[in-house]
Amino acid sequence: MNQKMKSFWAGVRAESPLLVGVFPFGLIYGALALSSGLAPFPAQMMSSIVFAGSSQFVAAQLIHDSAPGLVIVLTIAVVNMRHMLYSASVAPYIEHLPTRWKALLAYLLTDEAYAATIIHYEEEGFTPTSHWFFLGAGAALWTTWQVSSALGIFMGAAIPAAWPLDFALPLTFIAMVMPVLKDKPVVAAALSAGMVALLAYSLPFKLGLILAALVGILTGTLLENRKSTRGVL
Amino acid sequence: MNIWLVMLLGGALTFGMRLSFIYLFGRFEIPATVKQALRFVPPAVLSAIIAPALFMPNNTLDLNWNNYRLMAGAVAILVAWRTKNTLLTILAGIIALLILQVVF
Repeated sequence: MNQKMKSFWAGVRAESPLLVGVFPFGLIYGALALSSGLAPFPAQMMSSIVFAGSSQFVAAQLIHDSAPGLVIVLTIAVVNMRHMLYSASVAPYIEHLPTRWKALLAYLLTDEAYAATIIHYEEEGFTPTSHWFFLGAGAALWTTWQVSSALGIFMGAAIPAAWPLDFALPLTFIAMVMPVLKDKPVVAAALSAGMVALLAYSLPFKLGLILAALVGILTGTLLENRKSTRGVL
Repeated sequence: MNIWLVMLLGGALTFGMRLSFIYLFGRFEIPATVKQALRFVPPAVLSAIIAPALFMPNNTLDLNWNNYRLMAGAVAILVAWRTKNTLLTILAGIIALLILQVVF
């Protein structure tokens, strides 16, 4: 096996522990996308066009709430903003590649592919075939996400409509938020965003959601800055 | 807006952000404040969706004991906090809601 293929499979292997967590998440996405009113084909295509788990859940919820398209697009963008950080972080390691490689790897740059790849890059440093490692990790995740979404869509069609499955989306978000609430600024960000979302609920076009998110982000950032300034003085 | 247009625009923006610094490497540095603020994006956005789903199941504020979604959500928050397990959290919340609906 040549060096490129070795790197590729090393990437697949490094990604595999993360896939255990991704698979049920894809199943849930597929099932919930249907219950929020998406047809099977668009639900599946969202997994390859948007290809970003949490933003797909949020989009499904907003489709369920019949939010306007522009608000859904904006929310997807806000939820996925963190990918710019990943982009900045891997950039020096793939700087030398032709644009088509950069575009391919950017498409595959998810939370989980980033996690496996950056650990490898920081340990091994730069090697001539290290982009094949990235490709392996990304391709393993992509395949798992497509297959698990499809299975979820298939299963979702079999679940009785009387079940309160629409409630599973906010429950999924609860499961995503709770582990992150580790310090005061994050807790304040979450609480203030929740409060504003309730107060501003009646704003048109679901703009209350965007406003609430901005207030939460601002509150967290301000609190953290105040804390660090006090620490310095 | 058509659902396909929403997905294409959402996908294009996501791809653009993923490509941004890979493409611009060396030409632009992310401001420190932006880096810091990004950490608060997921908890803020998700909480802004969770709160109305629990407190306003019928589009108005409902703080009564018979707001079953709020009660089931509280169960899910406890389970998420103790277990950090997505599947368990969803199952606990759905089962709690089904029990409340059947028993009361």
